[in-house]
Amino acid sequence: MRIVCPICGERDRREFYYQGAALPRPADDAGTEAWHDYVHLRDNQPGPLKELWYHEMGCGSWIVVERNTATHEILGTQLAEVGLEGEAQ
Amino acid sequence: MRFSGLRVLREGLTGNKGWKPHWRDPEPKSDYDIVIIGGGGHGLATAYYLAKRYGMKNVAVLEKGYLGGGNVGRNTTIVRANYYLPGNSEFYSHSLKLWEGLEQDLNYNAMMSQRGILNLFHNDGQRDAVIRRGNAVVNQGDDAEILGREQLRELAPFLNLDNNRFPIMGGLLQRRAGTARHDAVAWGYARGADRHGVDLIQNCEVTGIDIEAGVVKGVQTTRGPIRAKKVAMAAAGRSSQVAAMAGMRLPIESHVLQAFVSEGLKPIIDHVITFAEGHLYISQSDKGGLVFGSYLDFYSSYAARGNLPMVEHTMETIVAMVPAVAKARLLRSWGGIMDMSPDGSPIIDRTHIEGLYLNCGWNYGGFKATPASGDCFAHLIATDRPHEAATGFRLDRFETGYGLMDEEATGAQHNLH
Repeated sequence: MRIVCPICGERDRREFYYQGAALPRPADDAGTEAWHDYVHLRDNQPGPLKELWYHEMGCGSWIVVERNTATHEILGTQLAEVGLEGEAQ
Repeated sequence: MRFSGLRVLREGLTGNKGWKPHWRDPEPKSDYDIVIIGGGGHGLATAYYLAKRYGMKNVAVLEKGYLGGGNVGRNTTIVRANYYLPGNSEFYSHSLKLWEGLEQDLNYNAMMSQRGILNLFHNDGQRDAVIRRGNAVVNQGDDAEILGREQLRELAPFLNLDNNRFPIMGGLLQRRAGTARHDAVAWGYARGADRHGVDLIQNCEVTGIDIEAGVVKGVQTTRGPIRAKKVAMAAAGRSSQVAAMAGMRLPIESHVLQAFVSEGLKPIIDHVITFAEGHLYISQSDKGGLVFGSYLDFYSSYAARGNLPMVEHTMETIVAMVPAVAKARLLRSWGGIMDMSPDGSPIIDRTHIEGLYLNCGWNYGGFKATPASGDCFAHLIATDRPHEAATGFRLDRFETGYGLMDEEATGAQHNLH
């Protein structure tokens, strides 16, 4: 599996740390239910999924990777500072 | 049809013409008291104990593929009860006791082999942790002993005790642990459940769960609708897909775990052995193949296959532990879909929907849990009370933060187990 870093280009999967599903972060005072949802609950369906990967052994960027979890196909990548913009609450 | 030595002898002398299928292949009825979604190890064990221990005979197991075609046939067959935390500890203790009587109970050869599991450690910190865990295991009533380097040299002379980076200081041995033939466990439970009247329905995928006013009414399947008073989900890596049919989101991420088998070799490794560095575990099958694996690939996956970096890591680690293995050829590898929970421990609980029950979150350790998972899930379904060995496996522990069981102490968060 090779991931296209928007800054460094196509790199081996080993250069990246995996965080998990890229989800909008609730407000600090959003309450237990919203935070439980954010921290623990997942749709976890096979198919395309937006995820957060960290280019740990490269440029240090957080990247939103859209990847098909049923095939491992990488569908698209963009910097998290762009990809998550507007989704945060 | 009962299996016995005499029967094997007789069949052998008469051309093996008397063997019959081990279970029926019934058409689904329109109505059951209990429907179990998932004909893997846990689903089949649940059906068996429901019928045998709790007297529930009007039960169906619905399997979208064939019985035992999922993780119960895709694991490294290890059985053990060396968990540390209360909640897990008594559960796996219960499971090991069930394993020890399983073949007699099922009248089925599951090739249960109590060859012992040996957890190696490399440094003082690991030794302290292992001793502490060993004491917990002894206190729960199971066996554990600490071995030093001299004892290891005798027990497993092929180990590289003096690896420069990861020297081996000693090991924790549980002699009652071991391996079982994974397919035979599924088949034995299937046959046992069938003999008690359970309908095992294969090629029957659940496509919907019928719920009215918060009460479960049955399921929709590719072989027609089936009404049921109670519906139990035991879908392992596919749990989130099944639960979504009931409108639920679970604290589960599905990840890939790879396993490997070498070509057949003469007997060399007598025990199950784990290497603390790199999470490696290995045993040798009765056919002679070395069966081993290590970490998850550490990303969400339903692909049932992994990537090369973890293959490389696993091979590096096994050669660090047992240099002789470098000469063996790898025969095959595969990936299983693991239902990973945030704290690395399972869930056996009711749901907010009346009559709908959940069994999931087995992470990379579901095989050893099979008998106790079946027994405890059956107890919950039959009585609506948790089994005393599984009171800790609550679904709400993530929301409340109370009763988390994080064996590795890495934090109750996805991607850390």
